[in-house]
Amino acid sequence: MDTSRRRVLQLLGLSAAALSTPPVFNALAAEAPAAKPKIGPGKEARTAQQWAMVIDTRKFKSEADVRPLVDACHSIHNVPHWDEKRWEIKWLWSTKYENAFAGTASARFGPEDLETRPFLVLCNQCENPPCVRACPTKATWKREDGIVMMDFHRCIGCRFCMAACPFGARSFNYRDPRPGITQTNKLFPTRMKGVVEKCSFCAERLAEGKLPACVEAAGGKLAFGDLFDPASDVRKLIRENYTIRRKINLGTEPAVYYIV
Amino acid sequence: MKDKNLIVTGLVIFLVIVLFPFWYNRGKAVPPPEVKLTDKAKAAKECVLSLDYMRAEHMQVLDLWRETVVREGNRIYTNPKGKEFVMSLSNTCLDCHSNKADFCDKCHNYASVRPYCWDCHIENPKETK
Repeated sequence: MDTSRRRVLQLLGLSAAALSTPPVFNALAAEAPAAKPKIGPGKEARTAQQWAMVIDTRKFKSEADVRPLVDACHSIHNVPHWDEKRWEIKWLWSTKYENAFAGTASARFGPEDLETRPFLVLCNQCENPPCVRACPTKATWKREDGIVMMDFHRCIGCRFCMAACPFGARSFNYRDPRPGITQTNKLFPTRMKGVVEKCSFCAERLAEGKLPACVEAAGGKLAFGDLFDPASDVRKLIRENYTIRRKINLGTEPAVYYIV
Repeated sequence: MKDKNLIVTGLVIFLVIVLFPFWYNRGKAVPPPEVKLTDKAKAAKECVLSLDYMRAEHMQVLDLWRETVVREGNRIYTNPKGKEFVMSLSNTCLDCHSNKADFCDKCHNYASVRPYCWDCHIENPKETK
């Protein structure tokens, strides 16, 4: 077979031309690009670098001061109530001083009511959350605004996070929570059996520009704001009052501050 | 070929058994379900995206919504026509389609699909118990 140099060059040129047609063709044939749906936060959404809470424990004298806050939280979030202690689900609850600050602070010779006053406890939304590192499925993670969030869809119920949390802030649904919910809030989902849950600093309310339910129900006894904004309410309170946090020796950097 | 009759008989029996479900169920095919629209859904005319797309791909839309709301914290969806929606199954989808039994379940049952959305998400936000 005798192929001339001329023929080879012709074929090469033709091939190059053929290869360059699809882009040209596509560009000519393309329709006007269809408008794409847009996704974004709501206009009123609140943002922060690290959400934090300051609890003025001096203003909580008895269980009656605490109850409305807990009820507000638990009713909004469809938290079931079980009489059986081992099934208990808690987002926000109260405990004694000696339990809340075990090993960190002492009530010895302190004000007398320190031992009787209720201390509100909840997920501390740690700056360095150990639960996030323990979760094998990334069902819990730290959001950019500092909230330690739960994705209930992704939770496999292994409870590593519960073992990792030094504050006992997480609860496990040992049974279907629905029968334990007396009044269902139709705007918020429930959970299912086999899922861990906890306080989320009301991320769903912050997205609508509202404050967390407990802060709203507290009428000034709780403050909420950005920890890294020097002008925020929480920073003002922390600056002007002596505050303590739970188990700081563990280095999780809780974002819930207590004025004692 | 002295077994010819035996083989043919065997083949006929085999074919009858294999084809039995086809002729037994002939003409009895369950008609595809017809979903009922609520008045609100009818009035809105179009869903979040076009009807055909929603019919075939609503699960992709829901998956995208779940991902962006839960993991990214973005809750507002603006469709190509510029209409805004709060991305929520219970509060947006079921606000229009408040007849879950006649809308969601009908097709899901027909197609033998069992989505576990309702283990947690509440079926009808507008209905007060």
